[in-house]
Amino acid sequence: MKFAVIVFPGSNCDRDMYHSVKHVLGMEADLVWYENSNLENYDAILLPGGFSYGDYLRSGAIASASNVMQQVKAHVDAGKPVLGVCNGFQILLEAGLLPGAMLPNENLSFMCHHEALAVANDATRFTTNFKKGEVIHLPIAHGEGNYFTDDETLSELKKNNQIVFAYENNPNGSAADIAGIINSEGNVLGMMPHPERAVEKLLGSDDGTRLFQSLIENWRDTYAVNA
Amino acid sequence: MKKVTIHIMPKQGVLDPQGKAIQTSLNGLGFSEVEDAQTGKLVELFVENHEDIDKRVGEMCDKLLANPVMEDYHFEVEEVAHT
Repeated sequence: MKFAVIVFPGSNCDRDMYHSVKHVLGMEADLVWYENSNLENYDAILLPGGFSYGDYLRSGAIASASNVMQQVKAHVDAGKPVLGVCNGFQILLEAGLLPGAMLPNENLSFMCHHEALAVANDATRFTTNFKKGEVIHLPIAHGEGNYFTDDETLSELKKNNQIVFAYENNPNGSAADIAGIINSEGNVLGMMPHPERAVEKLLGSDDGTRLFQSLIENWRDTYAVNA
Repeated sequence: MKKVTIHIMPKQGVLDPQGKAIQTSLNGLGFSEVEDAQTGKLVELFVENHEDIDKRVGEMCDKLLANPVMEDYHFEVEEVAHT
């Protein structure tokens, strides 16, 4: 399975993401600069965290308007998976690939620590190696992770099981304790906590590994052909 | 040449932690009459004359400058001398 990690000016979790899929999971992966990207040959796209364009205007807003996002949209329309983490999640929201928006954290502080998350949906292609209701630990590192959307969209998300991860102890004021959501088609996951920073015990948690494993195993089940 | 002044504010009812912090701080300085505060952005554009300027600026706001999920905007257009 071949991964593209899109690198924007200001991305800073791109190498962690690359390390996770390339070295920990042993997949093919490229760091792809946003300007010279041809994404046709990739099976999955990873939008890493950071501060693309210095968070100018709104977090993720400028990156969401860049040309590479047209290719990301084509990839999504083809049914292929996209994972956006932290700033990557913010970019997906700004691009309209996921519903809602991010407000500043309720306490106005940048927060960087491990959080307990409940797995709310274990039936997505990103989460089959978890169990519904299981509590996992991933680091958060954000100043604007306070998920907001209108009541109608929020009840849609709940009704369609699109809330994938929920904070056990809501750190930022997110509606419905949302830490991660998936689109209704099930191929675009956005989350504020960082699975790519939790792929080895040495890092304090390896719960993030199972997210990448789920994605890879489900891809193999769908596409791999026995030679 | 037109000058477009765009005001972008949090929607009614959307949490504005910065506005809240400003209000609390002003109250703390003895300005107890401040009951609420809201913060937003002001964007100034200088654009060539265009017959659909209102429509075009609306599109700029919808596509990039404001996020309709959490922000409202309004703008004024005025004639300015060429710089």
